Amino acid sequence: MAGRWRGAGFAAGLAAAVIAVQLAASAAHKVFYLTQLTMAAYSLLVVLGLALLMGFAGQASMGQAGFFAIGGYVAAFLTTHDLTPLRGRALPAALETLHLLQSRPDAYGGTLLHVDPRAALVAAVAAAALTAWLVAGPVFRLRGHYLAMATLGFGIIVHRIFLGSPHFGGADGISDVPALPLVGGFAVTGRAAARVANYYVAWGIVLATLWMLSNLIEARVGRALRAIHGSENAAAAVGVPIAAYKTRTFVLAAALAALGGVLLTHYNGGIGPSEASVMKSVRYVAIVAVGGMANLRGAVVMGTLLTFLSLRGYFGSLDDLVFGGILLAMMLFAPEGVVGVGVWRGVRRLLARRRDHGSAA
Amino acid sequence: MSPEILLQFCVAGVTYGVVYGVVAIGFTIIYNTTGIINFAQGEFLMLGAMTAVSLHRHLPLPLAIAGAVAATMAVGALIEVLFIRWLHRPSVLRMIMITIGVSILVREAALHVWDEKSHALPHFTGDAVSALALGGAKISPQALWVVGVCGVMVLALSAFFRATRLGRQMRACALNRDAARLCGINARNMVTFSFVLSAGMGALAGCVVSPITYVQYDSGTGLAIKGFTAAILGGLGSTAGAAAGGLVLGLLESFSVWALPAAYKDAVAIAIMLGVLFVRPSGILGSAEAARLREH
Repeated sequence: MAGRWRGAGFAAGLAAAVIAVQLAASAAHKVFYLTQLTMAAYSLLVVLGLALLMGFAGQASMGQAGFFAIGGYVAAFLTTHDLTPLRGRALPAALETLHLLQSRPDAYGGTLLHVDPRAALVAAVAAAALTAWLVAGPVFRLRGHYLAMATLGFGIIVHRIFLGSPHFGGADGISDVPALPLVGGFAVTGRAAARVANYYVAWGIVLATLWMLSNLIEARVGRALRAIHGSENAAAAVGVPIAAYKTRTFVLAAALAALGGVLLTHYNGGIGPSEASVMKSVRYVAIVAVGGMANLRGAVVMGTLLTFLSLRGYFGSLDDLVFGGILLAMMLFAPEGVVGVGVWRGVRRLLARRRDHGSAA
Repeated sequence: MSPEILLQFCVAGVTYGVVYGVVAIGFTIIYNTTGIINFAQGEFLMLGAMTAVSLHRHLPLPLAIAGAVAATMAVGALIEVLFIRWLHRPSVLRMIMITIGVSILVREAALHVWDEKSHALPHFTGDAVSALALGGAKISPQALWVVGVCGVMVLALSAFFRATRLGRQMRACALNRDAARLCGINARNMVTFSFVLSAGMGALAGCVVSPITYVQYDSGTGLAIKGFTAAILGGLGSTAGAAAGGLVLGLLESFSVWALPAAYKDAVAIAIMLGVLFVRPSGILGSAEAARLREH
């Protein structure tokens, strides 16, 4: 399977760039850049899922930040909520026998008994996937404006729930989220000593996701999705189960967004309601648009660049304006994306024309 | 629930409901002539109210409001000419992104022109504490202004569509653009007019409601969602339906505070919208046939 991966060249280039950036940053004693690049990598998971959904299934979701927040919040809640008072109850007891609980000292000198971060990760991603599956049924009966408004509305409801609920910390969000232990002694944590390791973990996950999605779109599923994007009626006529494919893509995109949310929450040690805001959702859509809708590589390149610049504060108070402006400019002048097919098609056309001239002369 | 409290909820519901109705009508006007949902619709209210607040520092209230409405209409025309007019048959997805981009642009520009604080015009008559008694319920005079101005606006609009040449031309375009063009109507200009009209209506509604609700740079998104919900409730495309949908939404939202924490008020409106979309996308009052035809 791996041998057939069409994106292997890009992946090798990306892996080389990841290593080169780390070496350069370490050599120049500028390792703090790696922090933003790690965070950018986790946002890329949202972007990649959305690129698949928009570019290949042709469905725009204006509520992707909602899934990111569901992932982050569920993980944060489960890994910070003290279960000590509930110790005798059935569910905590069951979790304890399965070794899915963890205790650690809290900030006030007591001990905190909570769900193991790895179990919380699975629960968080599952919660987002389940939500997406439940929402997908009615949502995909809608099209165009209705679909956009419905997903936008879904995102706002998620935002309001996290903002309004005291269990999720209201406007303050949840802090003091512990590290997420991974295999081989690695952990997703924001500690400065683990910065380089975390950078590689994050980009390793991006590469793995890219590999998985690239295989997916080269396979039968991908052809089916492209057929749906081209013409739903035609796809239905040749027997593509449209609703099932759309739903699965939506659930996959939501799960990826939630995974990004979980990992970034553990990396940052907390999450706040602004992660679920409408503007965050618009931002993900803007990044996918600028990368080229049906272009995972473009999404990776532009997603990294824009998120990095934004996290570094290069746009200052104009941050939202920049993303809104990008979205607008892309849709007005280059709806196929900058890195995407638009430019390559233009270049190819230019080359073809030159070749035609050559043969005529 | 005592009858007084019931009445009080109704008063609040109607006051907000007429504003949602006006936003919904704004959606409807543009949707009918272009087939697009202008996600920047709520920004017109915010822009109108903010401009009026600034102008009111130098001008008397009526002049400040008139100036703000005129300025917002100009912005509406500008948006249409800059971002909509020259696109040829763009996809629905692209139009959605463009109007969302415009709404962000307007909102962020407002943040930099004004600030992140809430602003409000003074009460037109009386002040924040003056109230009229109505069968045990208290009504702010400003609420009467809101209902009165929005009501007159809706009536004036329907007269405009029926009695004036321009109004009839716009209706012709909404019914059948190609046929209207064959009759010598400049369909492109009608689209610009529809933006100007809905911008002006939104701005005026924003001005009258601002003493009660206050506005800040990011008020537009919430209002747009409410307005869209109202339009959906009334069956997208019908002006009367939009007005009725606004009232229904305002009342539902007002009574939701009785059952749920106030923090979830906005979520209630959205849940209603999702519910309607899922069960009956053509709206409560609209016909399924019409909605299906308009989708393409």
